[in-house]
Amino acid sequence: MLIVYPQTKTYFSHWPDLKAGSAPVTKHGKKIMAGVAQAVAKIDDLTSGLLDLSELHAFQLRVDPANFKILAHCLQVVIATMYPNEFTPEAHVALDKFLSNLALALSEKYR
Amino acid sequence: MVEWTEQERNIITSIFSNLDYDDVGPKALIRCLIVYPWTQRYFASFGNLYNADAIKTNPNIQAHGTRVLHGLDRAVKNMDNIKGTYAELSVLHSEKLHVDPDNFKLLADCLTIVIAAKMGSGFTPEMQATFQKFLAVVVSALGRQYH
Repeated sequence: MLIVYPQTKTYFSHWPDLKAGSAPVTKHGKKIMAGVAQAVAKIDDLTSGLLDLSELHAFQLRVDPANFKILAHCLQVVIATMYPNEFTPEAHVALDKFLSNLALALSEKYR
Repeated sequence: MVEWTEQERNIITSIFSNLDYDDVGPKALIRCLIVYPWTQRYFASFGNLYNADAIKTNPNIQAHGTRVLHGLDRAVKNMDNIKGTYAELSVLHSEKLHVDPDNFKLLADCLTIVIAAKMGSGFTPEMQATFQKFLAVVVSALGRQYH
């Protein structure tokens, strides 16, 4: 995401190193995936399940919600490279639907 | 004017010269119709699209997927004038086919995913960036003649 959509780097200007594989990038990637896992556990009510995270993104991080879509796309590209046979069109549509709803829940507290 | 570095040109020509059009083209179109079902609206005359299996085995979709992918060839051959190269096709998509230009991006994303799956770890972030830049220029050119 940071390479393909360089504008996303603006949110991480406080990191010394933004290159692929750098420590802060790797650590943060894992943190984000943990958040996605949390959403999976709350899949039946994403809005309440992600309330805290939504408040975080809305009031502190203030990430433009358009970027959620960008990250979701990059996530799917990586999954396609790692699991080419399993990431069928059916799996893709399910994941895309889930990630869009995740983004929506994350944007709840914005306004 | 879109600027292309030597490296970007090489990446694009390399991706397309190693492409199995009859495999990737249909796969990208099929994926688009399944992941973004509203895109099926443009293929009412293609026959049975009622479920994923029907879409995957539909011969019209198969042929059309290959055709659309070959449509990108002219951009690969004319990277310095993609806008001009697609003027006619843009008019076609607008005046005759009546395709909402937002859909071009959806197909482009599906194509990226299919190529990523094919290339695996070989599809580096740099290759993705270049490929998406290329597709974005094509998408923009195709939307230009709409009014």
